[in-house]
Amino acid sequence: MPTKKSVKARFERASDQSLLIYFGEQITLEANECVRRLLHLLEQEPVRGVRNLHPAYCSLLIKFEAFEWRHEELERRLRKYIGRLSKVKLAEPRLMEIPVCYGGEFGPDLDEVAAMHGLTPNRVIELHTSTTYLVYFLGFVPGFAYLGELPRELVTPRLLSPRRKVPAGSVGIAGNQTGVYPFETPGGWRLLGRSPLEMFRTDRDGLSLLTIGDRVRFLPVSRERFAELQPA
Amino acid sequence: MTVIEVLAPGLLTTVQDLGREGFGPMGVSPSGAADSIALRIGNRLVGNTEGAAALEMTLLGGVFLFPKGALAALTGSDFGATLDGADLPPWTSFKVKPGQTLRLGPTRSGARCYLCTQGGITVKPFLGSASTHLLSGLGGYEGRALRKGDVLKMGDAGIAACSYSSRALGANRSKKVTPKILERLLPRKILRVTAGPQSGWFSQVAESVLYGGTYHVSEEANRMGLRLHGPALPEGAHGGMISEGVSLGAVQIAAGGMPIILFVEQQTTGGYAKMANVISADFSSLGQLRPRDRIRFERVTFETARKLLMEQETLLTAKDLIVETT
Repeated sequence: MPTKKSVKARFERASDQSLLIYFGEQITLEANECVRRLLHLLEQEPVRGVRNLHPAYCSLLIKFEAFEWRHEELERRLRKYIGRLSKVKLAEPRLMEIPVCYGGEFGPDLDEVAAMHGLTPNRVIELHTSTTYLVYFLGFVPGFAYLGELPRELVTPRLLSPRRKVPAGSVGIAGNQTGVYPFETPGGWRLLGRSPLEMFRTDRDGLSLLTIGDRVRFLPVSRERFAELQPA
Repeated sequence: MTVIEVLAPGLLTTVQDLGREGFGPMGVSPSGAADSIALRIGNRLVGNTEGAAALEMTLLGGVFLFPKGALAALTGSDFGATLDGADLPPWTSFKVKPGQTLRLGPTRSGARCYLCTQGGITVKPFLGSASTHLLSGLGGYEGRALRKGDVLKMGDAGIAACSYSSRALGANRSKKVTPKILERLLPRKILRVTAGPQSGWFSQVAESVLYGGTYHVSEEANRMGLRLHGPALPEGAHGGMISEGVSLGAVQIAAGGMPIILFVEQQTTGGYAKMANVISADFSSLGQLRPRDRIRFERVTFETARKLLMEQETLLTAKDLIVETT
């Protein structure tokens, strides 16, 4: 975490009721830590009239009540929060393990990804499961965690044309990111496997299995183990 | 317990209220009524609090049986409603007698019509809201659009405290919206926008294309977003775009130079550059756009956007917005 003086934030008006705060212009652990610290601080000490927060890699979108705030007034208030970021204590990250059954119908792109990089499918699985990932943020749909970074050997562009339907639990990669689709949605990430876990459940505290700042490891499991782990 | 039986669901009918704000960190977008002005007014017509849950119909309405009767109102677009065969005027409350059938047809104006009933629709709330989020199958009635045979319960949680007198006195007196005020709240086809967070990435040429051209709404227009067709925008400096939070009404420029406007069930983050953002006062207009509708964009300042929102809110909270019919 940079010292107090070095936290630089750029403010941009996103709409008549939202404001974007950028901590740098590229994806770095430092910038993302600033995002997580500011999010934490705003959750601990909410600003009246702030209605929603959308964290991302190196930015935080703040939606506010237009009747209560003008952009410049809210910026002044938020700069005071940013001045305190170095003192914010984030909780120790949780380490979450996600079982994945790789390849076959669960991972229809595994062989092609392997071929693109001149690797065997097993080596792709090894690489994908050998890294501890950070949950940079949740976005897109409820419970979708953007995990980074992939081992360099696995960095792969997304599909040219997205699938209309990606099954829930699918584990995909795109660029240097990886993630698990919580719901059946359209999607352009290349699919390596599928997890039997439910990423978003309404009958569970916290709803989303993963939360921003978590550390995640994938664990390869057999087809049989996948079936055992699947919810009844 | 008063209920509504769905005899025919229409094209896409969902339970909606004013949505769930505050769950962006989990990737949950607010959802809620596509035309919140119509929902708020409809609820006031039947004596509910503004945010009570109602049915949002899309392009083609449904057929609904009221075994025990109800006090109801239809707002938004005119779907040619009849009650046991008799025409019903929109933006006016009406009493449904036990056993009567409300029938709606194809739209005669915009995309969405709201059926508000006294007491509101009761469903199990998800994160504090009754709104359906179709993509994730959460909220509303079993997380999905209504089907034939569904039975919806009406409650009394949504009834505004001040409506007791009107319920007692006005059981047979219907209420309507003051035409002069309604006129000023109707949907627009010229959408006013403010600058987007990546406006600076686009050239003056691109600006003259966006603000000079006419776009039409494609068939890919739903609660998540509206894909437009029209003059292609010269691409901005797209290389450096990193996924970030996106706001309701964002005008993002996808590959190929066509704009997509993000709507109530939007993804919470995205990686396209945003050239403009529809102003809050015109969100309800977005909710009434149909495929093939022609629209234009008009750029306004943030101060104007704020002023227009204030004016709209003043109209929506005006004491003489709702009057008894004579």
